[in-house]
Parts: sequence; C-alpha cells; structure tokens
Amino acid sequence: MDPKEIRERMKIPRQPMGEQPPEERVKNFYEVPLGYTPEQAIEEARRCIQCKNPICVGGCPVGIDIPWFIRLIAEGKFVEAARKLKETNGLPAVCGRVCPQEDQCEKVCIIAKKGESVSIGRLEKFAADYEREHGEVTIPVMPNATGKSVAIVGSGPASLAAAGDLIKMGHKVTVFEALHKAGGVLVYGIPEFRLPKKIVDAEVDYLERMGVKIEYNAVVGKLDTIDELLNEGFDAVFVGSGAGLPYFMGLPGENLIGVYSANEFLTRLNLMRAYEFPEYDTPVLNGDNVVVIGGGNTAMDAARTAIRLCPDEVSIVYRRSREELPARVEEVHHAEEEGVNFRLLNNPVRFIGDKEGRLRAVECVKMELGEPDDSGRRRPVVIEGSEFELPCDVAVISIGNGANPLIPQTTPDLKLNKWGNVIVDEETGRANKKGVFAGGDIVRGGSTVILAMGDGRKAAASIDEYLKTGKW
Amino acid sequence: MFEIVGKKELTHLVWQIEIKAPRIAKKRKAGQFVLLRMNEQGERIPLTIVNSDDEAGTITVIVQEVGKSTSILGGMKVGSSILDVVGPLGMPTHIENYGTVVCVGGGIGTAVTYPIGAALKEAGCKVISIVGSRSKDLLILEDEMRGVSDELHITTDDGSSGHHGFVTDVLGEFIKEGLKIDLVIAVGPIPMMRAVSEVTRPSAINTMVSLNPIMVDGTGMCGACRVTIGGENKFVCVDGPEFDGHLVDFEELVMRNRSYFKEEKMAVEEYTYHEGTRCYDKKGDD
Repeated sequence: MDPKEIRERMKIPRQPMGEQPPEERVKNFYEVPLGYTPEQAIEEARRCIQCKNPICVGGCPVGIDIPWFIRLIAEGKFVEAARKLKETNGLPAVCGRVCPQEDQCEKVCIIAKKGESVSIGRLEKFAADYEREHGEVTIPVMPNATGKSVAIVGSGPASLAAAGDLIKMGHKVTVFEALHKAGGVLVYGIPEFRLPKKIVDAEVDYLERMGVKIEYNAVVGKLDTIDELLNEGFDAVFVGSGAGLPYFMGLPGENLIGVYSANEFLTRLNLMRAYEFPEYDTPVLNGDNVVVIGGGNTAMDAARTAIRLCPDEVSIVYRRSREELPARVEEVHHAEEEGVNFRLLNNPVRFIGDKEGRLRAVECVKMELGEPDDSGRRRPVVIEGSEFELPCDVAVISIGNGANPLIPQTTPDLKLNKWGNVIVDEETGRANKKGVFAGGDIVRGGSTVILAMGDGRKAAASIDEYLKTGKW
Repeated sequence: MFEIVGKKELTHLVWQIEIKAPRIAKKRKAGQFVLLRMNEQGERIPLTIVNSDDEAGTITVIVQEVGKSTSILGGMKVGSSILDVVGPLGMPTHIENYGTVVCVGGGIGTAVTYPIGAALKEAGCKVISIVGSRSKDLLILEDEMRGVSDELHITTDDGSSGHHGFVTDVLGEFIKEGLKIDLVIAVGPIPMMRAVSEVTRPSAINTMVSLNPIMVDGTGMCGACRVTIGGENKFVCVDGPEFDGHLVDFEELVMRNRSYFKEEKMAVEEYTYHEGTRCYDKKGDD
C-alpha cells in the first residue's frame, strides 16, 4: 500500500457501533450492541492499512489472518470474510462478542499508536453475523473417514473448537454434555444480552451438520468413565469439562437465603430462564437490593443481569480500586451506564439474615491500597473501624471457580495440580494418561473463551497426530 | 426423551414410576439420584433412584406430588416421555458388611432407604428396618422392605399400623436394650433424620442420613445444594447425598429448603388454575 493511501486510510475515524440505549436495554434481555451496517463495516475495514508483517495476528490466541479477512470486508466480500475467519476460528460470532480484543489483537494494532485501533472484534462479529443471517453458512467438503473416534467431555468453547477441527480431519466425534443444552459457559454463564443463545445454537447446529454427535444428559465419570470410553472404542478423549465448582468466601451467613454463587444465579437466569418465571418453572429471588461481590467479567454479567430484574439498586462490591478491576473496560462501562453502583475498596465480612434466614444486609469494611503483592497489584488493607452495613436481599458471590471434581474423582490416575486442574503438556494438551488430552478451564482455572478455544484447537492437532502415528 | 414404561400409585399422591434409561440403569448404584426435567419450561428436580433393571434398561423413582414439577410428573401417563433424565449422580452409598444395620425410613424417604437396605443385605449385613409414616394408608414399600430385612418394625403416628408413635421410639428402645448397632441409615423428612441423629448421638452410633436440598445442575457447578457438615461447606450433589447425621446442620437445611416457598406456592396456584384441579382421588390412572 502506498504511503498516500495509508495516510488517507488513517484519517478515517473509528466507526462507532450502535447500541441499545441504557434506559431501554435495562428493561430487556436483548443484545446490547446492534452491530455494524454493511456500509459501516466497509468503512471500518478500510481503516486497516494491511501491514506486511501484521502484529495483530500474533496478538490473537488462535492466529486468525486478520488483515486478510478485513480486506475481504473492505471489498464487500462479507461471506468470504466469514469463511476466512472460520479457517482458524470455528466460533467467530462468539469471539467477535466476548473476546477481550483490547488486550489482544487490537492492543497491538499498529494504527493504535497514532489513534484508535481497527475494530477487529466488531468486524469479526459483523462478518460472522452476515454469513449466518443471510443463510450463507455452508458445510465444508468433508474428508474421508479415518475410522478413528474421539470422545469429548463437555461442550464449552474448548470442546466445540476441538470438535470442529477433529470432524474436519475425518475423525468420528462424540461430545458428552452433562446439561440438557450444548455450549457450556456460553449458555449457562454468559447472558443473552451479551451473547444471544441463538448464536450458540447456530454454531452447535453447524457442528452437528458436519457430523459431530452430541449426547446430552451424559455425565462422563458417572455414566462411562474415561477409562471405559477408551476401552469401549474411543481412540482418544479430550477433557473440556470446565471450571465448574464455585468458590465461596467462608464468611458467616454465607448460606442464608438469597446468597448465590454467580454460577447459580446466572444458570437460573440464562440456562433455566428464571426471568420468565412462572412461564418457566425455575425461580430466582428477585431482590430489591442486589450486591455482587467480585470485579471480574462474571461479576459484571451477574450485576447487569440483576439490574434487568428491576431492583431498586445493584452494587458491585470489590476490595481493590477501579484500576485493578479484572473485568473488561467495556463491561465495566456498560454496567455503569446501566446504573450499577460500584462500591470499590469495600470488602464483605459477614452476611446478616432475618429470623427466617433471609439475607437482609452484608457487613462490609472499607479498604485502602498498600504495597504491591505477589501479583504486582497493590494489596488491599482493611481500614480499622470502618465496618458498615449494606442492606441487601440478594448477594451474588463472583470470586471465581475451582476445578469440577467429577472427572478427577472417577479418573484416579489423572495427574492434577494442587488446585485440582488437569496437568497437560502446554504444546500438545496431552495429559499424563495415554490417549487423554485436556484444555480450557479444567486446565487453566478461570480463563477466557478464546484461550479455551485455542487449547481445543491445539489439542485437536495433537490428537490428530496421535491417531495417525499411534505415538504417545 | 425418556419414556415412562410403568407407573403405580403407592399411596395418596405418591407414585412409583419406571423410566426407560438404559445407560443409567447399567451404572446406577444404591444411594444415587437422577435429575429430571419434565418439559422445555421445566425445572430440574432431583429424585433418588429406588431400583433399576439392567436387562430391561429401566430405573424406578418414587415421587410425591408436592409442587408443580412433581405434580406434572405424577400426572404423566405410561407411554409419555420425560424430556431429560440425567444421572446417576451423587456418591453411591458405601456398602460393606458392617454387621448390624438399622435402616430407618420415614414417609416417602423409605423410597431411599429401600435400595440402601437391599444393598446392605446383599453385602451380608443384618438389616433391622424401621418404617414409619403418619398412618397406615401412607406407608410405602412395606413388602419390599420386609423382603430385604431380617426384622421389620412399622410405626404410625396415629397407631393405625404397628407401633403407635415415631421411628425414634423403636430405635431408642433398641439402644436402651443394649442392642449392638454398627450403623444407622435414616432417610425421611428432615425433622425425622434430625431426631434419629439425636437418639444415636449419646451412644455415638454411626448414623448416615441422605439429604434432599434444592439443586440446579447436580454436577457441582452451581452450589445451590450446599450444606454445612461439621462446620464445612459441602455440595450434596458431588459430596453427598449421604452424610454423617451427627455433623449435619439440619436447621440450615430446613431454612434453605424454604428459599422459594413463595415462588413454589405461586407456581402451584398458576398450574392448577391453568390445568384445572386434577381429580386426585381417581385411582389407577394408568
């Protein structure tokens, strides 16, 4: 690209994406960002200067050929752009929405040095949505069957990515999902307004059309164990069972009525659709004052879900300051716009109930930041005598998850670390047990969708190699 | 989809239901449970697997109609299908030859006591069973319990069958007489399990109870079913459902089981309003 054109392109302002206004969206569960129009997408795509050595690709955990798909959008070839994306990322409609692009591809985008980065995530979402909404999703030509079969435990992002790659390599793929719906955290955890469930359904449907078999209500370990799967005809097993075991804080009153883990609160509302109670049978307590404890993306999801249930107030209680909030800036921004109250440098010390055991307040202390700790973040220190009562009838504890115990309990020879996560070889995803691979949160603890997908893809490649060579 | 292949009314509003679920039938052990979701709008409810038939590929559950979901299940006919059945969940009962075991079943809880008693008998234990209910016509599985017990004692609150009084009266007598009891298994309403645990506490007789909290996913993911056991937080779905009765915080369990009292009442009212009042006295629906 000649320097003149580069200068021209760098003058184009970053295209804003339409959103439901905050006062509207807090009354519904529809998606908040409205997405680009084709015209906006082309204009935004033209901002990319098509670097010869694109650094953005290195910023993507799955190595999407970013300049290429953006060039296709700039040329108006939206369907081709989506297919380009799908060569390296099986779930672009999901990643375009939930990836922390500002910490990955967009962070290193060269034009960000002089202005704002190209909106890579929004363009990814646009291309994937365009392809789906225009009925242009086609099944690739499938290779000849290899005669090998792979069992996949769980159907979250790591598993879906692995399944997509393995089926395209000609292997038989069976996914065992414990719940009645596929998608893992994408369906039970991430709310509808951030990731519409029809998008996950479409991705799952696509995998099924390529030949992936999904067995629902199938709890590996309780039905067949991993050993039994390996003995009964599966040549390899990928464990993507997730980080499903919520941490609690060990505070007095934590089991009062109205105290939820974020997993429970979100599962009731997302997977079980408690916001449509009593049309749907699963209830959730509708608090007047909701307190969400934690500062990560899940805490933002819980707070923003809670605010859509029409309470008087929703607060985030976080023990450090705004700068340390682990959640994406965009999520914090959306939460604030919607009226979530951030009570920073506050820490809960006990939950207080009424005589029926229903939560009525959480006692907190105020904190100040001291010296940096091992994580490099300044350590929050309690301010003596700063106790106060925050009235609330629902509290959601969102401080992370441990490893789900079902697979380790029933696979005694699987090597785990001290937190119960499966230990794997970083390059190949191999566990210590022959034929067993793992990835996603069961390996990483709490992480992101895209890193889980990266694990799934990496494991799929090494499963393929193992199945071809038989070498462990 | 999981077809209902058999159904029988054990007592008023209590149904024994046989469900085609070959994979679960093959794996299931005494003490484990399944979660059922009746239809697309349904919630996930846990029920203990009472029995299974590996050859026929069926499992048996017993359900008492107490709320909307249990009423929907109770109203389903043979040949119709349950949308989702997942299991077998929970840790199986640890079965070994303990010596003398007293198996206590209270009300519908006998549905849980029975498979455990059967497995203990099979393992060579001497099984003494005490089955209690409010009155004679509410007793369930009397013959089945007799079949797996060396001794069977019946108690009813109104004296219409067996001992006039509570299961704890009979158990207390055994202890007073100096009967050597190696283990007590008690399953029933929470007040009964608590009372049994109090009776056995002074003589430190090992007492196992099976807990029935509210659950959502049943695989450890949500923590809805957390209970306090000896001061520690445990998840009934993955750590239980059986725990040492002397360590269970029963008061908290009672409290937490009332979490959705209002919502449950509302759901039942909506349900009966839309469906019309069902004729509960009609016998032998199927």
